[in-house]
Amino acid sequence: MFDLLQYAFIQNALLAGALVAVVAAIMGYFLIARGLTFAAHALPNIGFAGAAGAVLLGLDPVFGLFAFTIGAGLGIGLLGKKAGERDTLIGVLMTFALGLGLLFLTLYSGYSELVYNILFGQILSITPQDVLITALASLLTLLAVLALFRPLLFSSFDPEVAQARGLPVQLLALVFLTLLAITVSLAVQVVGALLVFTLLVGPAATASRLASSPFRAIALASVLGVSYTLLGIYLAALTLTWPVSFFIAAIAFGVYLPVRLLSPLWSDRHKRHTLQPALEPSGATQNDLSAQEAQPVEHLTHSSR
Amino acid sequence: MQALLHLFHYDFVQNAYLAGTIVALVAAVMGYFVVLRAQAFASEAMSDIGLAGAAGAALLGVGSLLGMFCLTILAALGMGALGERLRGRDVEIGMILSFALGLGALFLIIYSQTGTNAAVGINVLFGSIVSVTRGDVLITLYTGLATLLCIALLFRPLLFASIDPEVAQTRGVPVRLLSMLFLVLLAIATAEAILVVGALLVLALLIAPAATALSLTRRPLTSLLLSIALGLVIIWGGLTLALVGPGRHLPVGFFIATLATLFYLVSLPLKRLRSSRHIVTQPRPCKHPCNEYSSMAGRGH
Repeated sequence: MFDLLQYAFIQNALLAGALVAVVAAIMGYFLIARGLTFAAHALPNIGFAGAAGAVLLGLDPVFGLFAFTIGAGLGIGLLGKKAGERDTLIGVLMTFALGLGLLFLTLYSGYSELVYNILFGQILSITPQDVLITALASLLTLLAVLALFRPLLFSSFDPEVAQARGLPVQLLALVFLTLLAITVSLAVQVVGALLVFTLLVGPAATASRLASSPFRAIALASVLGVSYTLLGIYLAALTLTWPVSFFIAAIAFGVYLPVRLLSPLWSDRHKRHTLQPALEPSGATQNDLSAQEAQPVEHLTHSSR
Repeated sequence: MQALLHLFHYDFVQNAYLAGTIVALVAAVMGYFVVLRAQAFASEAMSDIGLAGAAGAALLGVGSLLGMFCLTILAALGMGALGERLRGRDVEIGMILSFALGLGALFLIIYSQTGTNAAVGINVLFGSIVSVTRGDVLITLYTGLATLLCIALLFRPLLFASIDPEVAQTRGVPVRLLSMLFLVLLAIATAEAILVVGALLVLALLIAPAATALSLTRRPLTSLLLSIALGLVIIWGGLTLALVGPGRHLPVGFFIATLATLFYLVSLPLKRLRSSRHIVTQPRPCKHPCNEYSSMAGRGH
């Protein structure tokens, strides 16, 4: 079983995959809290159109990826303020981008290979240089998230109260969507548009059902994300023909489904602890709870400086 | 104009316009409810799941419509059963979609290794409205009619449950059941539309006309009719632009997506204008807003 690990391409794939998985899991936690699951699906597709456009112009696909995803992220942040309307807006933006992508692909003759590479990724053909770039970019994204950790968390879970407390909620939403766009652009190059979505949503969805505090949920999501990725790559390398994205998606779904189906068993207990105090007039228990949660968060922001 | 009339002698042009008209009509009606219910993500997921179904059908050697129906209806039931609240449902849809996409990737890769070509995925994704056969037109017509009939039967309770689910629930409307039924109908409509216009355009035809219509007027019947009219303008405009005129060699999908986006973007500022005139007061979801603010403020930094 360890024979496979000797190959350099497997090592590179595992390293880059794990890095992307950690960043995606952390971003995914905020993403789910903000109700932006659809954006996580749309941005990789929009980036795909951008990459096709860049190729048509003779540029590196990376430029197109970043330009389109960041543009769309800002558009979603600026125009989609209400949750219901935001989804419609994301849908329209995505169709438009895909329409453009179709146009670019028609004008460009090298058709299906490019589509397949961007959609399904090329994790098994990553170079050490790619790993280095991914590592640096992941680190920068994580630092940005850590620097904004507390306000981001607050504005994700309770935007109205955060606004009332003077937090720049609108600006934070824009910053978050830009960070998401950057994460997606990075991850698309490693794992492909299809898998980015799984890595963003899968681990974080399971973790936020299992863990009660944000800090624990984020840690659990990262661990889950890395485990899914490593296992998925290993299984794909073992079978040689089946795609990595299938294995990771299947594992993520296979873990999520039982957790989702069984979670009512413990969420009743959970609700009594978290939801009811918020409705009680005294508010004392709520303060206790948030004080508990604040501690690891505090610790985290200090250590990042 | 002359060129267009001349083109209508061709079978494929007739088929494209016929199938496109039916699909746009059904999509506009379904989309009206999709936008009201804020289910844009569900419909996007449905069209991608249809893609996986088509790939699976290609692998098994059965008709792609059958594969699409199987997976989309299964996904609709799953989404209906798992998602209870608006925000929670987002995640369930995401998980089902991600699994379906993984399956689709698997099917496509196995198919491209065993089968003759890998273009099937791209065909289903971007559609091939100009290669629709008369048989496809008939299938579209029948499923379209069946879907519209169901919607007509459910119209009043569905509209009520879509606009105000909570009040509908207290008035005895089976909101949960309607939600499930609507998702199944959406699954059927999506699969049928993918067959004609491809997964990409389904979303354009579903949400853009309805969202545009709903930003212009909120009156149920007027906005529904407007949505249908816009859907027809988009599909006819897109087909005509792709068949005659300077952009003749460019894909239909590009024109349809662009027209749809243009309508939607133009309607956005008009909506701001309209909503600033009618200030709607809605009941606040929070029970003790003042209390929460004060306890938060008391904590300090």
